[in-house]
Amino acid sequence: MASLDRVKVLVLGDSGVGKSSLVHLLCQNQVLGNPSWTVGCSVDVRVHDYKEGTPEEKTYYTELWDVGGSVGCVSSVKSTRAVFYNSVNGIILVHDLTNKKSSQNLYRWSLEALNRDSSPTGVIVSNGDYDREQFAENPVPLLLIGTKFDQIPDNKRSDVLTRTAFLSEDFNAEEINLTIPHFDLLLFFTFQMTGFTDRKRFNFKSLHYD
Amino acid sequence: MNGYGPDLHTIVDDIIKALTVHVSFFQVRQYVVQVVFSVTFAFSCTMFELIIFEILGALSSSSRYFHWKLNLYVILLVLIFVVPFYIGYFVVSNIRLLHRQRLLFACMVWFTFMYFFWKLGDPFPILSPKHGILSIEQLISRVGVIGVTLMALLSGFGAVNCPYTYMSYFLRNVTDSDILALERRLLQTMDMIVSKKKRIAMTRRQMYQRGEDQNRQTGFWGMIKSVTSTQTGSENLSLIQQEVDALEELSRQLFLETVDLQATKERIEYSKTFQGKYFNFLGYFFSIYCVWKIFMVKFWSQHISFILVGIIIVTSIRGLLITLTKFFYAISSNKSSNVIVLVLAQIMGMYFVSSVLLMRMSMPLEYRSIVSEVLGELQFNFYHRWFDVIFLVSALSSILFLYLAHKQAPEKHMAL
Repeated sequence: MASLDRVKVLVLGDSGVGKSSLVHLLCQNQVLGNPSWTVGCSVDVRVHDYKEGTPEEKTYYTELWDVGGSVGCVSSVKSTRAVFYNSVNGIILVHDLTNKKSSQNLYRWSLEALNRDSSPTGVIVSNGDYDREQFAENPVPLLLIGTKFDQIPDNKRSDVLTRTAFLSEDFNAEEINLTIPHFDLLLFFTFQMTGFTDRKRFNFKSLHYD
Repeated sequence: MNGYGPDLHTIVDDIIKALTVHVSFFQVRQYVVQVVFSVTFAFSCTMFELIIFEILGALSSSSRYFHWKLNLYVILLVLIFVVPFYIGYFVVSNIRLLHRQRLLFACMVWFTFMYFFWKLGDPFPILSPKHGILSIEQLISRVGVIGVTLMALLSGFGAVNCPYTYMSYFLRNVTDSDILALERRLLQTMDMIVSKKKRIAMTRRQMYQRGEDQNRQTGFWGMIKSVTSTQTGSENLSLIQQEVDALEELSRQLFLETVDLQATKERIEYSKTFQGKYFNFLGYFFSIYCVWKIFMVKFWSQHISFILVGIIIVTSIRGLLITLTKFFYAISSNKSSNVIVLVLAQIMGMYFVSSVLLMRMSMPLEYRSIVSEVLGELQFNFYHRWFDVIFLVSALSSILFLYLAHKQAPEKHMAL
């Protein structure tokens, strides 16, 4: 077991967007029946075959660290949360497509995780000082996931897609839309490709279940 | 969280935060719940506004009287008819069996509530016999009893907790190394959880690759298979899973303890600044006032006591909202969020109505008349005495409770 390499991925986002459900889905291959508020950090592990089928195949343990809370909470919680952000290999940012504020807060979440958040604690305000340059040289890959697409009425879907297009542009990422049938959680992904030339890093095949 | 100082900005901030965060956290979708909560809050605040107008002499007295009456009718309508009905409705909707005829069951729940609400009037001497059955005094008196009990409980606890919190922050000396040690323990626990989960994942994967699925025991052959092979495998798994559950609980506790220590350290640092020293002084003043209030009943100056009581009420409302929010986070889920917001609205409305009742006691004589006129001939003295009794009971129980909690605390920190 010790021979397998360690990959630590943070899962960040506002409360109630579906982080715990997502992590449970990825690791246990099941839908989470009774989601409840995450206190502190909950970790789950997924075994992943990197470059499956090729001679360079290697099995990794991907640790998904699901950190609970909100961006605007007191500084004591923030500084305690910061212990989880050490030596991170990747960040998954989750936002709720039915809730605009959760998408806006993603900027602050990413800044907090990359240890560059200097804004004071207080009531959540809409962001006005986001700097795109900060993500240009960011070595940590980001994955943006939007949840609850199925709960959006048909006439509003094009607006939501426009909004996420802007979001992926801000994070300097490419956008891939993916639907997973048979699950309540319909996801679509926005990839940031800096630092990785291998598109198959995230294995979509293993997500389809009967 | 600057301590107990009356920083109005922080108070308003906290109230708004508690309300905003609460509503957005659980994504209350039903507009009726949002509307009902907002209406209750708005009309409750209007009542306080009217008291201030009364004192300032703003608006003509006839229009003030009209608005008082209007406000009161709306609030009573909401608190006695609308909110309890919707609470019953949403509780019934959550129960699968009753879902079909939820309207009928909601009405039944409401009638039960009305029955007990009415019965509340019996043991208390709150009405004089000349009142009719359907008068407004009947309703207010009962709402008043519930709200006054709530207020007295909270004030009693607050009066004891305030000086205790102040003392405890100066007796506890939190250093950076304490926090670092706790954080290290937390990360070690997380690493242990990760390694155990890796074992579980790897074992499951190996079992799956061998063509066995432990979760399904279909039919006769499935049972035979599971008995003969990898019986130890599944036992191992459930054992490790139990260990993981225990470790996760521990990690949560450690997280909360670390947050607590960080908050304490920040408070101590803040108390060394100028702003902190100013609030410290006010805090001492308030603590002494609170302790004094436990033992004395008469105030020496009506006007000053009115302002002080007003401030105490505002800060205890803040404390009420924060405490209720914390409490409800512990027990709620996505399904019950509607019910919780409505219960919060009910408690808040009753609390505010009784604040008005009690405020009459501290108001200067010339302003008491409007409150008495509007609320009718209630036995105000009863409410004051009832408040004092419950206040004393709450304060004494809080002293006992805090003493017991304090005794446990040193043992916890010894483990560091």
